[in-house]
Amino acid sequence: MSGLIRTHTRFQLLETSRTPIAIIGSAIWPAASMLAFVVPYAGDDPHFANATTASMLTFAVMSTNLFQYGVGVADDRVQPWDPYVRTLAAGALPRFAGRLLAGLALMAVALLPVVLISAFLTAASLSPARFLLAALAITFIAVPFILMGLAIGYSMPPKAAVVVAQVLFLPLAFGGGLMSAPGWAPGFVETVGPYLPTGGAVRLMWAAVGEAPIRPVSVVSLITWTAALAGVAWWAYRRDEGRRFS
Amino acid sequence: MILARAIDVSRRYGDTLALDGVSLDITAGQIVGVLGPNGAGKSTLISLLTGIRKPSSGRVELLGQDPRQPAGRRHLGVTPQETGLPATLRVAEVVDFVRAHYPDPLPQAELLGRFGLADLARRQTGGLSGGQKRRVAVALAFAGRPKIVFLDEPTTGLDIEARRSLWDGIREFHADGGTVVLTSHYLEEVEALARRAVVIGGGRVLADDTVDAVRGLVAVRRVSLTSPVPLPELDGLTATDREGDRWHLLSPDADRLVRDLVAAGVPFTDLEVRPASLEEAFLRLLEREVPCPA
Repeated sequence: MSGLIRTHTRFQLLETSRTPIAIIGSAIWPAASMLAFVVPYAGDDPHFANATTASMLTFAVMSTNLFQYGVGVADDRVQPWDPYVRTLAAGALPRFAGRLLAGLALMAVALLPVVLISAFLTAASLSPARFLLAALAITFIAVPFILMGLAIGYSMPPKAAVVVAQVLFLPLAFGGGLMSAPGWAPGFVETVGPYLPTGGAVRLMWAAVGEAPIRPVSVVSLITWTAALAGVAWWAYRRDEGRRFS
Repeated sequence: MILARAIDVSRRYGDTLALDGVSLDITAGQIVGVLGPNGAGKSTLISLLTGIRKPSSGRVELLGQDPRQPAGRRHLGVTPQETGLPATLRVAEVVDFVRAHYPDPLPQAELLGRFGLADLARRQTGGLSGGQKRRVAVALAFAGRPKIVFLDEPTTGLDIEARRSLWDGIREFHADGGTVVLTSHYLEEVEALARRAVVIGGGRVLADDTVDAVRGLVAVRRVSLTSPVPLPELDGLTATDREGDRWHLLSPDADRLVRDLVAAGVPFTDLEVRPASLEEAFLRLLEREVPCPA
């Protein structure tokens, strides 16, 4: 079984690596935003730099997963290759696990520039323990966005998936407060933020890097979103089974 | 030994009944040709037997197991009707990906060699011609040394030479004990490969017999003639079609039809007799099955 997971992971990575622009694309906005906004304005203050780096990481986690799974899955589903793969002796597990592992690897690639810029060009600094905590938090906050991507990818055709991912992406980033440091967003964003998956995620990240206290409301909101999105993704996957060309 | 079987299987898509109570046994070592007009339910039947879809009612078995379970598909090879290969991957990479799913796959070089693909191993599949893609898709069905392969219109879009070399590949697999289920639009393809032919139409099995017997069923002649007067009642006609003075008659016995026309004193001109197409023959079988109130 683990052999098949490896096979499917390699397949996904190989396919993505053949269009490297896709990887660069998901890495470029968070890195560019770091250079344009964080380095010049918040780079000298260690607290600001830590918090805004956490924001940018959350931003990168959201955008890579939303597009990668949303558009990627929707695209794959309409290819005749997909029903063929379902005749091979592999169940849903290796296919899902392969997609997930490859997705996490690509997410790491997209996050790396943000971490490097933060480490070398700003005053941000973390203790090893905090760094580990932040890494754990990233894995945790990636889950709802992976599920959101899967829900989109399994419930609509590719053209619709692109539009929905694009429409969701900016309001989620802005509304969640990813464009600012803790407490610095416009008033209504501060109010709405914790109830959005992005807001819940970024507040967890801020807490992980030690720049804000943990707020139960945002943690509960993040868990609720994760459960709800898991439900939608599961529903979309079940509904999709074997019906795609009917 | 029965390798694949459908037991009273039906499948609906919404309001459409694509398969209606189909039962079929595929015995080890057979090459079975599945014939039928477009939309007859051939591909649906294959998608049920290969685990892509679930029957709405009834049961399918593949090597004694449920084909929806991955373990049931370990000795299965499939070539779908529509060729879909991941465009950016190289032929050898796709082959290796498929091989990794089987306990004892054919070595890559052997598989590529057998289907004349050795020169294409390093090419990205997106850059192949339609015929080359089709050959890769067929080769993939044999990658895992399967016990049974399902080939859904394997040679559609191939030129004569590629078609013949593919037939050789299928015969070789069969000679080594392999079992083949093959759908086709071409009677000659089924004649060249199979002994047993199953005709599907309107979601039902219309005929399941030797290829010779099925050929007899579908051997219909189309007799065309021009007559200024309406034709008399004629025996053995299976269909009549009229465009002004021009009549097109379908009959299994064209000789007798022409004799009857002459005996009836019909003043016909421009007589033409030719074999009916497979589609026309299927329509005849369908009409026999479901009498039209006309």
